[in-house]
Amino acid sequence: MPKITVTVNGTQHTHEVEGRLLLVHYLRDVLGLTGTHVGCDTSSCGACTIHLNGNAVKSCSMLAAQADGATITTIEGLASGDELHPLQVGFKEEHGLQCGFCTPGMIMCAADLLNRNPNPTEQEIREGLEGNICRCTGYHNIVRAVQHAAGQLEAAS
Amino acid sequence: MSNKFIGKSVKRTEDKRFITGKGRYTDDINLPGMTHAYILRSPYAHARIKSIDTSAAAAMQGVVTIMTGDEVGHYGVPCGWQVNFKNGDTMKEPPHPLLVKDKVRHVGDAVVMVVAESREIAQDAAEAIIINYEVLPAVTDASKAVEAGAPLVHDDVPNNICFDWEIGNPKAEVDEAMASAAHITTLEFVNQRVSPNAMEPRSYIGHYDGVYDKYTLYTSTQNPHLIRLLMCAFVLGLPEHKVRVVGPDVGGGFGSKIYHYTEEALVTLAAKKTGRPVKWTETRSEAFLTDAHGRDHVTKAEMGFDGDGKIVGLRIKTFANLGAYLSTFSTAVPTYLHGTLLQGVYTTPKIHLEMTCVFTNTTAVDAYRGAGRPEATYLLERLLDLSALEMGVDPTELRLKNFIPAFDGITQPGYQTNVALQYDSGNYHGVLQRGLEMLGYEDFRKAQNEAAASGKLLGVGFSTYIEACGIAPSAVVGSLGARAGLYEVGQVRVQPTGKVSVFTGAHSHGQGHETTFAQVVADRLGIPMEDVDIIHGDSDTVAFGMGTYGSRSLAVGGSAIMKSLDKIIEKGAKIAAHKLECSPDDIEFADGKFTVKGTDKSLGFGDIALTAYVPHVYPANLEPGLDFSSFYDPTNFTYPFGCHIAVVEVDKETGATKVKRFIAVDDVGNVINPMIVDGQIHGGVAQGIGQALLEGVEFDGNGQIINGSYMDYAMPRADDLPMFELDRQVTPCPHNPLGVKGAGEAGCIGSTPAVVNAVIDALWSAGHQVKDIRMPLTPERVWSAMQ
Amino acid sequence: MIPQAVDYKRAGSVSEAISLLAENPDAKILAGGHSLIPAMKLRLNSPSLLIDIARIPELRYIEVRDGGVAIGAASTHHDIISNAEIQSRYGVMIEAGELIGDTQVRNVGTLGGSIAHADPSADWPAALIALNASIKVEGPNGAREIPATEFFLGFFYTALEEGEIVTEVVLPAPAAGSRSVYRKFMQPASRFAIVGCAASVTIDGGTITDATISLTGVSADGAFLDEAVGAALIGKSASLETIEAAANAAAEGVELNEDHYASKAYRKHLAKVYTKRALAGACGL
Repeated sequence: MPKITVTVNGTQHTHEVEGRLLLVHYLRDVLGLTGTHVGCDTSSCGACTIHLNGNAVKSCSMLAAQADGATITTIEGLASGDELHPLQVGFKEEHGLQCGFCTPGMIMCAADLLNRNPNPTEQEIREGLEGNICRCTGYHNIVRAVQHAAGQLEAAS
Repeated sequence: MSNKFIGKSVKRTEDKRFITGKGRYTDDINLPGMTHAYILRSPYAHARIKSIDTSAAAAMQGVVTIMTGDEVGHYGVPCGWQVNFKNGDTMKEPPHPLLVKDKVRHVGDAVVMVVAESREIAQDAAEAIIINYEVLPAVTDASKAVEAGAPLVHDDVPNNICFDWEIGNPKAEVDEAMASAAHITTLEFVNQRVSPNAMEPRSYIGHYDGVYDKYTLYTSTQNPHLIRLLMCAFVLGLPEHKVRVVGPDVGGGFGSKIYHYTEEALVTLAAKKTGRPVKWTETRSEAFLTDAHGRDHVTKAEMGFDGDGKIVGLRIKTFANLGAYLSTFSTAVPTYLHGTLLQGVYTTPKIHLEMTCVFTNTTAVDAYRGAGRPEATYLLERLLDLSALEMGVDPTELRLKNFIPAFDGITQPGYQTNVALQYDSGNYHGVLQRGLEMLGYEDFRKAQNEAAASGKLLGVGFSTYIEACGIAPSAVVGSLGARAGLYEVGQVRVQPTGKVSVFTGAHSHGQGHETTFAQVVADRLGIPMEDVDIIHGDSDTVAFGMGTYGSRSLAVGGSAIMKSLDKIIEKGAKIAAHKLECSPDDIEFADGKFTVKGTDKSLGFGDIALTAYVPHVYPANLEPGLDFSSFYDPTNFTYPFGCHIAVVEVDKETGATKVKRFIAVDDVGNVINPMIVDGQIHGGVAQGIGQALLEGVEFDGNGQIINGSYMDYAMPRADDLPMFELDRQVTPCPHNPLGVKGAGEAGCIGSTPAVVNAVIDALWSAGHQVKDIRMPLTPERVWSAMQ
Repeated sequence: MIPQAVDYKRAGSVSEAISLLAENPDAKILAGGHSLIPAMKLRLNSPSLLIDIARIPELRYIEVRDGGVAIGAASTHHDIISNAEIQSRYGVMIEAGELIGDTQVRNVGTLGGSIAHADPSADWPAALIALNASIKVEGPNGAREIPATEFFLGFFYTALEEGEIVTEVVLPAPAAGSRSVYRKFMQPASRFAIVGCAASVTIDGGTITDATISLTGVSADGAFLDEAVGAALIGKSASLETIEAAANAAAEGVELNEDHYASKAYRKHLAKVYTKRALAGACGL
């Protein structure tokens, strides 16, 4: 069995894993980080989105073994202590979530978007989130949440 | 009642756990010693099971138990609503076994359950099971299933007809009215089958505690108490007081998590059998095969007009597809949630619906966001816009001519329809006029003409919908065949320190009850919102409940809480009067204070709470404590309504449709939290646009779903939708204490026909006089309509 | 959905990957895994061993070479579309790459993986054909370079032989006065191409001197070079009439793909529309 060492939300972990173990199941079942969700089985919905070495990836479409050596951030690790990430604030302030199931993946994808494009247009936000399905909000307030966060980040910089 | 919180867009208190990844959905729960179940399902739509060989699987290391229909096939899940044939005969109600042992009836029908030490082993073992099937011909289309010689889904249900049904004026009267019409618009169409696709797949954990002889079921449900009642009383015969059902955080429902599913009972049985917790979580592929679908009507509708454009009659014949088995509310959806809405917002004097409900070799069909009402609205609003095009009149003028005049339901009576319901209050002109202002109707028509001249196709579509929410007066639904009451329960427990725990039978799975209900309670009691905790979703904690669906939570559940709050204040006044040495009649309660009228003598809410639990100075004959539970059974449904307007651009060369603008003016009665109500409308509109343009479950000739994954089943993504333009009108509900009507389904009900009407309008503007394009309006279908 | 049990080995070099593959005939090469792992989850594909080549340093680079650009096979889609050299000279690569999957997929999925998989609706094959790119592969019998037109042979079928892996894609230097674009009509669920048209057109003094047009999604056999369209353009003035006439020749004589979303007739129609749109873009019209 492959042995992997990963740093997740700042903590290093080493485990022997089955070759077939998906990264999302490693995070949820082995590390107990259940904020990363599984919404489909075709890499389509984005609920499992995390950051792997700083980039948004779908953790349902990777093996845990592929992540060996990686630095991973999940939704649980996005805030700095008690201080929420601007996107977390934006989603709350703009009512960017309802049932909350897609939210962790949506926020992690949006964080990648803002890392690359700190001041996106509405269209760029919509295109940037094309890999994440939300069934509750109609995306209207998700777009506004990302805009809210972009504004906060700009004000802070 | 103060207005510190009510009417304000208070940010949601539940958000913190969701945005930090701390939500607790069923699949997030892991119990010590837990095992994992995998269900082996039929790959065929219709087949006889010749043999099942589980021996190789049973021998695999890590397999805990294997269950088949031989063991549990005598248990089955029930239908919750009995509808009778026109001639009075009882509907056909074939069993829906937990596991099938004789004949599978749809792709995904459950045959074997494997319980193993891990998910991986369970799935590996399932692959080692050998089932021999004799494949039979299948039928998936309701209108074809009733034809002579069609395959029989249930051998003892002739013509696959579950029941036939009618509503409205006598058929002869409607025929007579139609015969007198100057113009009749006929529309034959399909309201296609859609898959709900709540983002959280269904997940269940069964647990049995032998020490206390107690079962616990964790379930992604919209109504834990109803699941407990059904599972105990109708499926497994378990003692209800020894069963706890918990619906923790639930990732969306849209109807699909109302129903009692076979897997809930299976994990419960397996937990008892193995003595270990058993978890089952479906995959998305399984969800497409097993979560109840929505819609699926095949309809012929005719609307007759006199020479002045007044509607004189409406005649409809519909086949509703129920799927292979009766899901919990499946029989009510095409009948009492659909036929009763065919008056719409119009004065149509004669209406007749003939409905045939049919079994097919498909996944069960039940309520999906709107449930019957979107189908009624689609039918009416398509007919209105199409009639206007056919008669060469403006679609908004045609509506204005036929609207029911405004009525408040207090000084003016409710409006009695020809299809059983009595509307509570309405102002249909108001929402249309506001919508037209927002659209800039005249300017739009100019722009449309200019666009047409330059080769661009623009279209506008209207939909002025009404729905019935807040289900329901129990006596009424009981007389119509419901096998449950439809009240709600609200308990308010004031703690000695004045903090308040509220227990509601409603269940939040995205609706924000923890915030909205707390706003109501805080304002009624004059206390901070932080002092209020809303508790839901656990049958051991919450006395009882009927759950959340049909936009009923605030109208019914909120009203139950209001009743308990009234009792709290009434008792508090007695305690205050005793301490302030006056009559309870002289006490008034406002802003958290019990005050002797006309004086400055008062006691705070906290004082009274403490006194109730430390009753040293206390009225004689009054019980200590401050804790009331109430059942609220509404006197009528509520009737939200609104006007939705879609503006679309159709690519002439490809047929691709882009929604350019979407305007929604909704009247959902009083609004407690505008932010949350707007969010509900947004989400509903997105799903409605999805049905119009993207979504639809498609079957092949063998009954296989050909688009049963997210690679094939299209739903709106962020870049498919515009920002929505919303406004509101407020016509309070006259018969519940909050004056609220419900907002969960409105967006999904109004939007679909507006979008389709807009595409049809765009095509007519270019001379393509098309009556209908089958939903979803894929580019190819629109392009074909232009050829 | 869980894959069947599988062994996993990470190769440190191309030669190690090739020998692992030679030793394990049931093995599959794993790069980004965004085609393979979903197929394994559905148990449509169950290799005994996965050989991970994603981290072989000699496979992940983008460099200017001989006036063109060479792209290591393990370069991600994101690597490619964010590369300044490619952005400045190969519009079709940027426009095609940006429409592959979504952000997350582009962050992990690789060029080599995509072309070795050869999905008949994939975007890269059309872009590579339009650019006259070539594909370097290496196997137990050494390395060889295959023109893109000869690499994509059919439905999930390429010129790769048993034991070979894709190592590099070479984009030749674009001709002076050339411009390349990609236009895609996507299936709204999968976001794969119903029709994707990659066009590279060279114009000299208002006259089209070279034109390479490739279509993906249209044929069940995958991306192909539409020579008739190119032939109808060369020597003509770059006008709307020219491209319209040329686009009308698109996808003639091709075995058309069909699915529940788009029929053969509609695909053929879209092929013409999207060829026209791509040519309009490539001609700056």
